[in-house]
Amino acid sequence: MMTMLRRPLFWLILLLAGIFAWLPVRGNNVALREDLILVAVAIILTSNLNLMIGYTGYVNFGHIVFYGLGGYLGLYLATVRGWHLVISALVAGVLVSLVALLFGLGILRLRGAYFALATIGVLVAVQAFVANFEPWGRSTGMYVSFDSYAPLGGPRHALWTTYFLVIGVMALSLLLSLAIKSSKFGLGLFAIREDEDAAIVLGVNATVYKAIIYSVSAFLPAVAGALMFFKNGMIDPSIAFEYMLSLEGIVMLMLGGSGTVAGAALGAGLYERLRSYLLTSPRLSEFHLVIAGGLLLLVIRLAPGGLIGWLYRLIPHSREVVE
Amino acid sequence: MKRATLISFLLCTCLAVSCLAQQTITIGFTVSRTGALNVDSLEQYRGFELWRDTVNASGGIKAGGKGYKVQFASYDDESNTKRVQQLYTRMILEDKADFLFSPYSSSLTATAAIVTEQYEKIMLTTGAAEEKTYKLGNQHLFQMFAPASQYLTAALDALKAKDPKATVAFVYEDASFSVAVVTPAKTYAQQLGFNVVFTEAYAPNTTDFSALIDKVISSKATVLLGGGHYADGSTLARQLTGHKVPLKMITLLVAPDSPQWSELGDAAYGVIVPSQWEPQSTFKAEYGPSGADFGNAYTAKYNAPPSYESAGGYASGLILQRAIEQAGGIDTAKVTQALNATDITTFYGRTRFSTQPNEHGLQVGHTIFLAQWQKDKSSKLVKQVVWPLAGKSADLLYPIH
Amino acid sequence: MSGILASMIDGLLIGSVYGLAAMGLSLIWGVMDVINLTHGSMIALGMFGMYLLFAAIAGNPYVLLIPVIAAGLLLGILVYWLSVNWVVGRSQLMSLLSTFAVNMMVIGIGTAIWSTSPYNVDFSLSGITVGAYTFTGNHIAAAISALLIALLLEAFLYHTRAGKAIRAVADNRDAAELMGISSTRVLMVAFAIGIALAAASGALVSTLFPFTILSGAGYQLKSFVVTVLAGLGKPFGALVAGVLLGLLEGAVSPFIAVSWIPLIEFGLFVIVLIFFPRGIFGKATA
Repeated sequence: MMTMLRRPLFWLILLLAGIFAWLPVRGNNVALREDLILVAVAIILTSNLNLMIGYTGYVNFGHIVFYGLGGYLGLYLATVRGWHLVISALVAGVLVSLVALLFGLGILRLRGAYFALATIGVLVAVQAFVANFEPWGRSTGMYVSFDSYAPLGGPRHALWTTYFLVIGVMALSLLLSLAIKSSKFGLGLFAIREDEDAAIVLGVNATVYKAIIYSVSAFLPAVAGALMFFKNGMIDPSIAFEYMLSLEGIVMLMLGGSGTVAGAALGAGLYERLRSYLLTSPRLSEFHLVIAGGLLLLVIRLAPGGLIGWLYRLIPHSREVVE
Repeated sequence: MKRATLISFLLCTCLAVSCLAQQTITIGFTVSRTGALNVDSLEQYRGFELWRDTVNASGGIKAGGKGYKVQFASYDDESNTKRVQQLYTRMILEDKADFLFSPYSSSLTATAAIVTEQYEKIMLTTGAAEEKTYKLGNQHLFQMFAPASQYLTAALDALKAKDPKATVAFVYEDASFSVAVVTPAKTYAQQLGFNVVFTEAYAPNTTDFSALIDKVISSKATVLLGGGHYADGSTLARQLTGHKVPLKMITLLVAPDSPQWSELGDAAYGVIVPSQWEPQSTFKAEYGPSGADFGNAYTAKYNAPPSYESAGGYASGLILQRAIEQAGGIDTAKVTQALNATDITTFYGRTRFSTQPNEHGLQVGHTIFLAQWQKDKSSKLVKQVVWPLAGKSADLLYPIH
Repeated sequence: MSGILASMIDGLLIGSVYGLAAMGLSLIWGVMDVINLTHGSMIALGMFGMYLLFAAIAGNPYVLLIPVIAAGLLLGILVYWLSVNWVVGRSQLMSLLSTFAVNMMVIGIGTAIWSTSPYNVDFSLSGITVGAYTFTGNHIAAAISALLIALLLEAFLYHTRAGKAIRAVADNRDAAELMGISSTRVLMVAFAIGIALAAASGALVSTLFPFTILSGAGYQLKSFVVTVLAGLGKPFGALVAGVLLGLLEGAVSPFIAVSWIPLIEFGLFVIVLIFFPRGIFGKATA
């Protein structure tokens, strides 16, 4: 713990969260809050995805399934069961992590592209299940009753509360990435990424390591899903399990720099702002996919280390600050 | 299409700047210019647009001694619920919309309603018949369409009169609106003594109906009720014809009301649609244009007859306009009061909103017609009102073949 | 009983189109170890290719398949140079990402041109009626076309020099190079054929159902299922597995709601991946 306090990035993360929390409060800027919450969610998804792709070398195309399942469970507990939002979100996170552990033990026997394909299968299968699941409203989904906002002081207050909670989850996601990176567990993951067979020979229990990280990478996205879908007031299978969003997470990660804590945050922040700009600019809205695709192609072709990799090459000392 | 939006947007902005002396009100809404709902949504938009142009041509809405020019802030929601929330938030926070209209379809509207209620903005919903949304405690939501539970009761009543022994199949989209229509309709069919032999919901975006159609044939149903919106409804009708399913009556939601339906040719013939309004209806308007005036103005502008989505769009404008006039301004609380007190007949029929706390805003004045695609003397496909019998323009064709 | 039979025949017909699509994915996988994520957008372009040709010429769609396939070959070469050539032999992550990036770009351009609204190819052949059930002419013609194209591919791979070179590279690229086969050219041709197959299957689908620029994604997922069932890299196995998948859909749909079918398919997909990674036709040995 003491070593964490000596790392500049630890303080930078707290500073970032503080700025996120403070900016929209100053001047009660609701529009800015709505923009920033999307950035925060992008950072949460990307930095947890980084634990799989960047740290362990396993490409998860269906990472969004955790976010969606968390959303469903959270909304169900908060509105149908009437639990407090924070408790609902935490319980949803724990349950989704357990489900991920189960899935993980199965599909993590696969390597490389086979694993990537299996994650797509899991995503589509879970979506199909939820679309037929009566208690969760099948394809029509679930809606938050306005009474559910009452314990949080009405809708206006509830929106602010969820915003601060999401910022908290964002900070936790980045701190988690930082903590794992420098731990013995993290070194084991990097060994698996570099050469799984060699790692096993060196005594890394790859099966357990992979299952744990898969499950851990599910927790905070599920909590964020519960918060976000509560804020949005509704959930249905097509928005909960949006394949495109899952894939865009990979773009964000590669853009920022896979395997680095700061890269995941940087890529997510930049990409999300770019996308928002493109979506609402009437002339460019149709081209956001073209630009995103072109950007990804350029990054993997010219700078496979992403923006952070490029920074490392430019200023070698930056490695000590930006991990 | 996109460029037209841009130009109209710029025009609106220019208008707003040049008429600073006069007051303007901004009404925000999204249109599904692309995606599965584009056909129905565009017709609704034309209703809004015709109303705005008519109002502005006559000097705007006059309330409290001021004239308010109407301007729109509108975006393409791509028929996608996620975009709807982003865009309604944007219209409220950044475009400073004073009032809102709903997007098209119950699903998109239910999603938008959450945002508008969170920010306590008035939204008139049209093209959205499902009732559930009004039971979530909304205070600022007002429904223009007759609720979903009425859609198929008329069709079942008509069927009862023609063929009480019919066997019925429900095949419908698994979406807010059609679920809200079919669930009560199935109970009603059983009450009327029909044998319901098959019920199945299909996923939104279904394009291959072969398996479902084989099941309908195996069930020996003679009547099919269901559908959802334009994209799936038209596909279902085509494939029913392709598979030569021997049905005596086909009633589909929404899709057959569009003038485009006649392009399906053989597959269009004989199909019945529950309708919120038809050009043949003859309500005596206490406020706004007559049905004929609306129909003529619409056809002159868009070169096609209005559908009920268009009429609903125009009527939403009228009802809001009247409420603003009565409130003497655009204050949300006062306009809400005026809407709560509304009970009026326009070309579109009667409009009255429920003020019960457990269903506030639900439409309780408006009722449903049945229209059927038939052939006129020159064998051209035309849509005729066949129910209620008092307002019919032709007899119900049963069986189809 | 006859209901099940009818449903299975319908499944068989559509299954051959699934099989054709999956052949393209499988061929590319087998020859160059690349999972082609542009597959879905290429299927969608095949649909729109057919739509445009049919709107312009109004000819017989099954004749129009020929120009669609030719355009698919050219497109395949373009996509190969854009996204595949420089990642062949590198980590699978690279090829997944580069083909995925091109997929996004194609979908983006397609959305700008055609939006995401549905389109139809308005053509129908009269079908065959047996009892109460009718099998539409378009389904039958699509299945026959798919099988013909598969036979042509077989003839090409087994009876021409170029085809034999492709098989040699798939078996062992280094050995093939030693024998003087230019592997880049072979890979390019194989990739182009894979794309042409995807485009052809898209063109056939466009005569059956309405489609949007995003419709390819669903068939891409089906192609994954089929390819994995067959064992990656076995094009003819993919055709058979496609037909089997169609039959399975037809056989189960009378008994459960159609909306459950994706769960069965993708559940099966994950299970086969875990327990039979070499496919249901594969040998158990590694």
